[in-house]
Amino acid sequence: MSVRAQTLIWLAQRASAAVLALCVMVHLATMIYAVKSGLSAAEILGRTRGNYAWFGFYALFVLAVAVHAPIGLRTVIAESFGWRGTVLDALTVATGIALALWGMRAVLGVFV
Amino acid sequence: MSNEKPAATGAGSGASRAALNVRVWRGAGEGSFQTYEVPRQESQTVLDVVTHIQRVIDPSLSYRFACRVGVCGSCAMNVNGKARWTCRTHVEKVAADGNLEIAPLSNLPVIKDLVTDMKEFFDKWARARGRFAGARTRDDDFARVMPDSPQRRNVDAGIECIGCGACYSACDVVQSNPAYLGPAALNRAWTLHNDVRDVMRVERLASVAGDAGCHACHTHTSCSERCPKQISPTLGIAGLKRAAAVAALSGEI
Ligand code: SF4
Ligand code: SF4
Ligand code: FES
Repeated sequence: MSVRAQTLIWLAQRASAAVLALCVMVHLATMIYAVKSGLSAAEILGRTRGNYAWFGFYALFVLAVAVHAPIGLRTVIAESFGWRGTVLDALTVATGIALALWGMRAVLGVFV
Repeated sequence: MSNEKPAATGAGSGASRAALNVRVWRGAGEGSFQTYEVPRQESQTVLDVVTHIQRVIDPSLSYRFACRVGVCGSCAMNVNGKARWTCRTHVEKVAADGNLEIAPLSNLPVIKDLVTDMKEFFDKWARARGRFAGARTRDDDFARVMPDSPQRRNVDAGIECIGCGACYSACDVVQSNPAYLGPAALNRAWTLHNDVRDVMRVERLASVAGDAGCHACHTHTSCSERCPKQISPTLGIAGLKRAAAVAALSGEI
């Protein structure tokens, strides 16, 4: 990976961290509201199905996780096991794609 | 000054209050600590202790020093587990109980006893382009640098580095990522980055960015805590991270 790419993924991790901070707060507030108001699963689905605002919000959340986590994991693996190079970079990308797919599956589950 | 009672316990050393119990690393990669008893003196520095051992007790002990006044940066060692400049570290401050453990700096190969091989440390300065590159000749006028300009202030904050390696020894990232340039080389690059006369800004940013450079720093400030010159390499590294990120975004690097 070029030095430029290394710098850009560092930047991507910082930017996604900022997005995550916001998303986690909104998500927690939503959860607390849902539990306190005693919303049933059906009531929650009633609000999320076909709701593009919630879809957009959680899609952004998933995207931020899919960017943030693999980059951090890459550093942890490199520093803990001395494993660096193309294979690790490929694993980083694969982890990102897997997280994005799993996450989007959940988001679509409450949207469709 | 000396109305303390003799220590009754001696913490297993058996040495009197007037003597220091000093454990010194002997050997290279393979080695062990040896214990010496060194008379305690007023205003005694850790370097004085090492010198006493070498001159009076065991002339085969190897260590480095030159100026003895905190200028040359050659005398840094691990003293009771922390990297310090030994010529300006008073025994009283670091070994109030009379026990001293002196070891070579960490993260550097040990040549013998307290002497480490600093080659990699300084090679990294070169890799970080830690050398001024100007464009003016002797026929040009002097550059005018305002003392209170932000750049000049940044330079002032980092320029007093004596190259002792204490920060490098204290940095965990150097340990877990051997290619990491380390706090001293990056601090040097930061001072040059802020030198308005320097013409290698972009090349230097490219040399200090990424996994082996400033972006590997975890900002846990051990380097800043250990620097005897009160420099904060962490701050300079943060500045380099931003500058390199901007350069990467704009395609400069
Ligand atoms: S702040 Fe950065 S350079 Fe300083 S000790 Fe920590 S990781 Fe190393
Ligand atoms: S930055 Fe401080 S600790 Fe590091 S080499 Fe320079 S003077 Fe020594
Ligand atoms: S001997 Fe020169 S700095 Fe300590």
